[in-house]
Amino acid sequence: MMAMPSNPGFWANEPVRVALTVGAGAALVCAVVGCATVMRRQSFAGHALADVSSAGGSAAYLLGLNPLLGFLGMAAAVAGLMEWAEIRDARERDLLTGVVLGAGLGLTALLLYFDATLGSASGAAVAVLFGSMFTIPPTIVPLALAVAVAALVASAVIYRPLLVSALSGDLARAQGIRVRAVTLTHALALALAVSLAAMTVGAILATALLIGPAAAALRLARRPAQALGLAVLIGLGATWGGIVLAYESFYWTPGRGWPVSFFIVTLIFAAYLLSSWVSSRDRTLRAAATCGEGA
Amino acid sequence: MSPASAALTVERACVGLGGRQILREVSFTLAPGEFCGLIGSNGSGKTTLLRAILGFVRLDSGHIRLPDGAAGGRIGYVPQKIALDPGLPLRARDVVALGLDGARLGPALPSRRRSEQVEQMLRAVGAQGFADQRVGLLSGGQQQRVLVAHALVRRPRLLLLDEPLANLDVRSAAEIVALLRRLSREYGAAVLLSAHDMNPLLPAMDRIVYLAHGSAVAGRAEEVVRTEVLSELYGYHVDVVRVHGRVVVVAAEASDQIRAAVARDPIHTAPVP
Repeated sequence: MMAMPSNPGFWANEPVRVALTVGAGAALVCAVVGCATVMRRQSFAGHALADVSSAGGSAAYLLGLNPLLGFLGMAAAVAGLMEWAEIRDARERDLLTGVVLGAGLGLTALLLYFDATLGSASGAAVAVLFGSMFTIPPTIVPLALAVAVAALVASAVIYRPLLVSALSGDLARAQGIRVRAVTLTHALALALAVSLAAMTVGAILATALLIGPAAAALRLARRPAQALGLAVLIGLGATWGGIVLAYESFYWTPGRGWPVSFFIVTLIFAAYLLSSWVSSRDRTLRAAATCGEGA
Repeated sequence: MSPASAALTVERACVGLGGRQILREVSFTLAPGEFCGLIGSNGSGKTTLLRAILGFVRLDSGHIRLPDGAAGGRIGYVPQKIALDPGLPLRARDVVALGLDGARLGPALPSRRRSEQVEQMLRAVGAQGFADQRVGLLSGGQQQRVLVAHALVRRPRLLLLDEPLANLDVRSAAEIVALLRRLSREYGAAVLLSAHDMNPLLPAMDRIVYLAHGSAVAGRAEEVVRTEVLSELYGYHVDVVRVHGRVVVVAAEASDQIRAAVARDPIHTAPVP
């Protein structure tokens, strides 16, 4: 495992504590919501939603508001609109998602331009798009935790109906499940999750936190609960590990720390590669065993 | 049979979709525990009829009656050509458990009663051997068994299966038919199973609903699968022929008849099966 931070200032440092807290909330929520998102094959929608939320984040910087509120407002509005459009055809939905993503990022470009030319917040562009965990204002913590709790409660409520819907929508309807209510609730949880992720690793990299741990866990797990547990472990491990490494990096290149987001995303990518390797080796072994038995 | 005691009553059901008449005055009744084949070629309206019974498709006229309490998830259903996603972390056992209480909110609490019910259902469909494998990685026949267990574990009084034999080899198809027939007796559930080929079902069927161009005749197989009856249903002459123990329905003068039929009804160009 990773060595504990060598500098005793680590735990005493307020920005570090805020980063650890908000990062943990984001990682936990993203792991849980991400599993549902990957199972519903909505990774692209999740990515688009995170990207589009950057417009809200940059507007918040411009107006001097809580950036989490900006991310959240935009993500929830767009998720609601996409669900309201109720497009069943997968290809059409993909197209609409792509178009909305482009439009959202276009708006972000404009708002970040204003941020840079008119606003007082320097570095807003990097913070919004790629995250800046050590500069998260401590005032955000209560809202971040409330958002995290809301997303976890929503995910818990639709736990079983969502699994049946992921198997087949018709199967779910025949069982008396209101699939549309499940979809809407999941969309809301997704909006909450990506806004937290955008706040920590940035809108562009939010996908990594949302999809990466879930994708790795779903390859390895045999049961839904196992998948959730593994995804949480990977997400939390990568987030905290990334914060520690970024803190340490101040000493590698004196005076200039490396971005936290880089470390988090790299650790998640490594976990995904490892899970792919383990699951493919597992399946080859199992296939060989089955052939041997002649079953 | 009085509609009150029937597992399913369909009365003069009509469905039109996009200006096309899919079902015309379809009527039949199923008794509890009865095993019924819903036979017809592609496009004859089988899937629409099943979806109408489930309430997914609205009737333009007519009625579909289910026993009290059968609405809201009390019908067991196995959809057509379902290929379970190998990416889902669900074992066969989990899918059956979701059939039991998947509509409830929140995660399931561990319960001995629940796992016993699931275990019993897995045994009933012969799925113990692969109960702990990921469903998406099972063969078509194994997935079919798991889905039957998923549908039956709630003890529905009516089980609908849409083309469950379509992707199975002859032996697996025969096994599934025998299994469904046995379970329909044991569980007292009426089974309505759609298929384009009636032959695998002939030894098991109590009753047949034969669909052609949206119209249906229903009754016992020996009453329905006859040259006069089916010719009247199709609206042109067909022969019911028995070859090597198999029943085949052929149009007598296929090309003329089909040309005439196409002229009458340009949409329904489906030939006889």
